[in-house]
Amino acid sequence: MNNTMRLVILSGATLLTALLAGCERPPIETVQTGFRGTGIEQIYNPRTLAKQATLNQAPAAPEPASPDGPKAKDVYKNVQLLGDLSVAEFSRTMASITQWVAPEAGCAYCHNQENFADDAKYTKVVARRMIQMTQRVNGDWKTHVAATGVTCYTCHRGNNIPAQVWFAPKDRKYANSLLGDLAGQNQPSKSVGLTSLPFDPFTPYLKGFSEIRLNGNEAMTMKGAAENRTSTKQAEHTYGLMVHMSESLGVNCTYCHNTRNFQSWEESRPQRVTAWYGIRMARDLNNEYMVPLTDKFPAGRLGPTGDVAKINCTTCHQGAYKPLYGAQMAKSFPELQALAKQ
Amino acid sequence: MAEYQNLFTSVQPVGPLHDGVALPKGDWNRTGTPFLVHLLGRIGNAQIGPVYLGSLGVASLLFGTIAFNIIGFNMLASVDWNPIQLLRQLFWLALEPPPPAFGLSIPPLAQGGWWIITGFLLTVSIMLWWARTYRRARQLGLGTHVAWAFAAAIWLYLVCGLFRPIMMGSWSEAVPFGVFPHLDWVSALSLRYGNLFYNPFHALSIVFLYGSVLLFAMHGATILAVSRFGGEREIEQIVDRGTASERAALFWRWTMGFNATMESIHRWAWWFAVLCPLVGGVGILLTGTVVDNWYLWSVKHHVVPGYPQVGPLVIDPALLGVKP
Repeated sequence: MNNTMRLVILSGATLLTALLAGCERPPIETVQTGFRGTGIEQIYNPRTLAKQATLNQAPAAPEPASPDGPKAKDVYKNVQLLGDLSVAEFSRTMASITQWVAPEAGCAYCHNQENFADDAKYTKVVARRMIQMTQRVNGDWKTHVAATGVTCYTCHRGNNIPAQVWFAPKDRKYANSLLGDLAGQNQPSKSVGLTSLPFDPFTPYLKGFSEIRLNGNEAMTMKGAAENRTSTKQAEHTYGLMVHMSESLGVNCTYCHNTRNFQSWEESRPQRVTAWYGIRMARDLNNEYMVPLTDKFPAGRLGPTGDVAKINCTTCHQGAYKPLYGAQMAKSFPELQALAKQ
Repeated sequence: MAEYQNLFTSVQPVGPLHDGVALPKGDWNRTGTPFLVHLLGRIGNAQIGPVYLGSLGVASLLFGTIAFNIIGFNMLASVDWNPIQLLRQLFWLALEPPPPAFGLSIPPLAQGGWWIITGFLLTVSIMLWWARTYRRARQLGLGTHVAWAFAAAIWLYLVCGLFRPIMMGSWSEAVPFGVFPHLDWVSALSLRYGNLFYNPFHALSIVFLYGSVLLFAMHGATILAVSRFGGEREIEQIVDRGTASERAALFWRWTMGFNATMESIHRWAWWFAVLCPLVGGVGILLTGTVVDNWYLWSVKHHVVPGYPQVGPLVIDPALLGVKP
């Protein structure tokens, strides 16, 4: 073997190593979830799944408190939402919320320590609205959260602000120049799984009411009113949203769809219906709860374009097909289950 | 004679460097002094150059370079003129066609105008290069098979970037200039038009694509295998079959009952290669213009198998109304 051959083999081996460096190390486990031959299956790597599982553990619920004794609204001032709880229950809820949202700052994160009834801190005003939002989800969005429900912890996980929220993206520095229009896409963006798909699928679909569906019910191209006017570029936006959902839940397309015919509900798995309601739920929560709170937040808490932090699938799911892998956490907090009378 | 069973060409006959045949009157001179590269000789001819540029070649390169630069500078601008980010994000960046709102009108430069200009320049460049392959073949006294094979590829390019967008009434339907973005366009097109795998022309195109690969492998292997008997002299053996041809033919007749000939195998290869973009282009041209949903089209024509219902019945929630 002469030197040239050695050089060729060496550079070949280097190239091969470099190409394989981006790959995920096996094993890969495949779980069939649909009829054979349809490719409806889920692909997992047990290593990444184990890592995910430790990140999505629910904390133990505190012992139930006694419902006896005076009610919170009769003992404390300015209790607008949970006043019908007993003082013991109320304290338990407040302590839990502190553990879920502000374990380090404690009560002072929301309350004026001199006067707990004071609404001066914006965090208290926001927290009150967030309790209502939690109740709204558990009471009115059972189509998405079923009986499992959510608590503050589902999103917050011990953080003041949930780790996964979205803001409208900021334009690039020279956005108004003659060259280099991004057309809202073509940058490696985490929001769409590092693809070059449109990087903000949230503003049109999880805040706005843009049409997500692409396909019509006719095989042939129709004329006039029956024509399906959806463009290929719209398909890229829908694709972006779907990649976001897939990444958020740690699942493939086939978790919901039969990929031979994405549009068909009959061939889909029931999970797609849950996801459909999830999109509507995120929209509802963003428009009814988050956006109206915009002026309550200090500027530092707002996004680069001055918008409030908003919810997408990752906010709760954080890589798990069910947040906290379906831990029955909300059950221990019946006061968060239905919209409180104000 | 085991030297032919090698990854690389092991025989490098080196003669005196030459310019090639004399050129007809009116042609340009060839550019560059030829030289030898041993390593390239292992995968092809060791002699590099001279190159014939010619008026068509120069014009094509000029238009192509301008198009390449417009794409490149738009990409560079899209990362705020940061050359490091240009390199890092190169595969993600693109020059996009205009948004759907502009239809077939001329959009502002920043919103697809550059794309129109680039598309025009690139098309001119490609057409000039096609004319060059045609004229060079003629000047050498060759047939024009290469030019027409290239034309088949140009057909697919024009269908995707020009004919179909015009028929759809919107430049936005065209392909962006970019590595990942043009692949995303392919996926999006398939998603929008009900799964392109159910487009029979797409299926045919795949047949010819994979068929080309198979034929190429079979032919290359056959000729290498019989080169010990002088089988590489394929053209002579079209009319004067020697033992190499006979053995190659027998091999395939014994293994699959039928064999091509030294002439016909090249027609097989040419047609498979040419038909791949030809029928693919037909499939793209029909997408959206005639057929809106290829899956439903296939259902209509009874080529979609049914599967038993294994899960619970799923109903479109939009039909039930949203609660709340």
